[in-house]
Amino acid sequence: MTTATPSAPTNKLGYTKQDYVGSKSTLCAGCGHDAITAQIIGAAFESSLEGHRVTKYSGIGCSSKTPAYFINQGWGFNSVHGRMPAIATGASLANRQLINIGVSGDGDSMSIGMGQFVHAVRRNIPMIYIIEDNGVYGLTKGQFSATADKGSHLKSGAVNDLPPIDPCTLAIELGCGFVARCFSGNPKQLNAILKAAFAYQGTVVLDIISPCVTFNNHDASTRSYKHVKDHDFPLHDLGFIQYSEVEEVEIAAGETEVVTFPDGSKVAIKAIHESYDPTDRFGAMKAIHESMEKGEFLTGLLYINPTQPPLPQVLNLVDEPLASLGEDVLKPSPEVLNDIMKSLM
Amino acid sequence: MTASLAAPSHASGAKTRINDFSIQVATVNGSGSQTANTVLLRAIFQMGVFVSGKNLFPSNIAGLPTWFTIRASAKGYVARKASNEMLILMNAETAKEDIAKADTGALVIYDEPLQLDKLREDLAYVPVPFQKLVTASCPEPKLHKLVKNMIYVGVAARLLGVDMDEVKKAITKQLKGKAKAIEINQAAAVAGYDWAMENLPEQDHIRVVRDHKTEGLIIVDGNEACALGALFAGVTVVGWYPITPASSLVETFIEYADEYRKDPKTGKSTVAIVQMEDELASAGVVLAAGWAGARSMTSTAGPGVSLMSEFIGLGYYVEAPGVFFNVARTGPSTGLPTRTQQSDVELCAKCSHGDTQHINLYPGTMEECFQFAYDAFDLAERFQTPIFVVTDLDLGMQNWSSKPFAYPAKPYDRGKVLDQQQLAEVKDWGRYKDVDGDGICYRSLPGTPGGNGSYFTRGSGHNEYAQYSEKPEDYVAVVDRLKRKYETAKAHVPGPVFRNLGSDKGILAFGSSDPAVIEAQDILSEGGLKTDYLRLRALPFTAEVDAFVKEKKVVYLVEQNRDGQMANIFRETYPEHASKFKSVLHYNGHAIDARCIVDQITTFEQK
Repeated sequence: MTTATPSAPTNKLGYTKQDYVGSKSTLCAGCGHDAITAQIIGAAFESSLEGHRVTKYSGIGCSSKTPAYFINQGWGFNSVHGRMPAIATGASLANRQLINIGVSGDGDSMSIGMGQFVHAVRRNIPMIYIIEDNGVYGLTKGQFSATADKGSHLKSGAVNDLPPIDPCTLAIELGCGFVARCFSGNPKQLNAILKAAFAYQGTVVLDIISPCVTFNNHDASTRSYKHVKDHDFPLHDLGFIQYSEVEEVEIAAGETEVVTFPDGSKVAIKAIHESYDPTDRFGAMKAIHESMEKGEFLTGLLYINPTQPPLPQVLNLVDEPLASLGEDVLKPSPEVLNDIMKSLM
Repeated sequence: MTASLAAPSHASGAKTRINDFSIQVATVNGSGSQTANTVLLRAIFQMGVFVSGKNLFPSNIAGLPTWFTIRASAKGYVARKASNEMLILMNAETAKEDIAKADTGALVIYDEPLQLDKLREDLAYVPVPFQKLVTASCPEPKLHKLVKNMIYVGVAARLLGVDMDEVKKAITKQLKGKAKAIEINQAAAVAGYDWAMENLPEQDHIRVVRDHKTEGLIIVDGNEACALGALFAGVTVVGWYPITPASSLVETFIEYADEYRKDPKTGKSTVAIVQMEDELASAGVVLAAGWAGARSMTSTAGPGVSLMSEFIGLGYYVEAPGVFFNVARTGPSTGLPTRTQQSDVELCAKCSHGDTQHINLYPGTMEECFQFAYDAFDLAERFQTPIFVVTDLDLGMQNWSSKPFAYPAKPYDRGKVLDQQQLAEVKDWGRYKDVDGDGICYRSLPGTPGGNGSYFTRGSGHNEYAQYSEKPEDYVAVVDRLKRKYETAKAHVPGPVFRNLGSDKGILAFGSSDPAVIEAQDILSEGGLKTDYLRLRALPFTAEVDAFVKEKKVVYLVEQNRDGQMANIFRETYPEHASKFKSVLHYNGHAIDARCIVDQITTFEQK
């Protein structure tokens, strides 16, 4: 472990925030993605993640470069376009002790990778699936993505005449048990949601509106900083309380709703926008659709159901990572082969 | 009812073919004929006679025509034989065409109402009242369609001289533990046998005579053999997507895993098997699981490999292990999904865009399907790369007799993986540093504690520290090292098998062509042309292959595709010997037979 300065605060594992950083970002100055990276570093530090257990996956695009920019102690896998979910699936099955963070974009997930997104969510892969959503293909210099709003303009003046796909309602429809939307310009909310996500067992779908300062930040864009700031409606104040064997945290009664995770961690939800119940799947769908019609971005924890079993549990896998099983466990005996041969005679 | 069962051409006193004939059965797909045909094959096998079966089935669940050929051979030839001595015609739709194609003198068992006996005079006919017999022997009308086929097994057994006890035993074996089904099918077979006993004279055209050649042998298909190899190799993650003719490889593995891959204490599984949404995702799961330290595999066919090719290139470049079974079928495109071909040779050799080279294993026998499947996991982890095990429908789905598989006693080779302690001792960790000079680098597994050894895997340009790099020298260093690694593999892949009769003329083949080549070699030899035969078992080519190519004046390269794909690889690898390679090709979807090899080589020789 490295220590940045002698006085830097440390977490429960004795690490400083500096221990959770990655390489230097090569994205454009002011990119929303860098703000998200900063929050991942902060939340991982505060949640005392064991860095060596962290695996970071991505596909192709600006967003997919970001796993190199956080948690250098973890292993990264920048794969092929739209196929990050398969990579996360394979690695999470090989070693169920890994903490899996996937970073994708709206192009990577909602177009080329739609099939893999849908099936990873359906299988409840243990991973945080972050979509850094700017409505545009940045790395190929500014084409519309499938999340771009109908009627929004490109810098070139081109108008998007197709309706958007919304990752959040889609994820809820697919049975995802943790669906949230955030704005990269609201660090406090993102921090609380990321910490809750680290404690969650299955697939977390986190759609983070992250303006592209180079190709999609003009006034006619519905993904610009100004537009999102003006239309961001945080649903609630969120607090995440990590389970601790030492101290039981009391949460004040009143307007606060508490969702408890299987490990004992708690999410405290205090409504601010309107009465919104994130444990009500159909109510959530209705509220999101209504807000979209009004041109608003509802942000916060949109839906939560912490009880769904993740894939390794559904497959009834042994507790030990499959990758660590040795020949003594895996290779059947000569007697077994003999029996099988006899059955084929 | 014919008074004598000899066709005019046979009546002249031709010799009886003992344990040396082919039977072709024509039925309707989905009518239960596969069970009946396997029982007949098994019964002959139990008589101690070498026998092989080829199911020529349509891409259809029920209704389309299907043919099954059973070849008995005292000499042990198991390739498909182009001519048949007995036909069993149960399908009204194809019967006339089947008769038209029949070989002179063939014995034709057929469903009486088809009235085929006036079509040709050079055949011997056995009309059988199947409906009458099934009505009398099977009390349940709804099962008539399914057990009707078992009646021809009884008739054929009687005509061939196969013991009824062996037929009964084969039925019991085939219908594993289903008591009622066993009873009904045995009754049907006996009904056919008894009817033939009462109504048909003896025939001496073709006979089965008890022998002892199959004692201790097993009957198995290549997909099952590969599944068993993977089971003993300790595969822990399987990502797959159904496709003919590869599905039964994983499906058979699932059956064995249910029994042999559960923790005895907890009942929990030591293998994760996930049917993915497509082949792309399957390939991703395999490579990521391999990257994370599991032994991983998928099974697919040509269309699946096409879809996987982007990931295969990623696996090659980031150096992630994984085993890819390709049970090849007839392409291109959807092609003939239920027919065999060796037409993915070049696809698997260089799968994906950019400069790529892959280790390919070509098993040619059931024992090799088992052993190479086992070895593939070692090679994948040793070379940290995707490994192709290339079989085909003929090997994968047909019944083959084989010696029982030897226990793979060799311990697993998990390759160059550094653990926590070793990583702590490494001074200058670089994932892609060629420390040993063999092109194979050391890797670390995600989740290894201690704070050392993490790295960032990327399909984009990287240097030996796994850092992003677009520098020309970094790029060239990595791809040149990958080439060195492929060179290193020459000493680790299975070398060729020889069958040399002493000649400067070579035959080179691989995979399922083997039995037909052996038979062709013998036929050519009887005709005065001696050949040396090299059966290739892997890419890259080993030193023995080099020597063979250099020594021979001519190399007849036998393969089951149109373009001579393996010959192309040979010409590219040995440009100075390019003119030596003469392609002997067979690519109509049927399994290759000896006659077509003999004819093509003979034509070349006459030039």
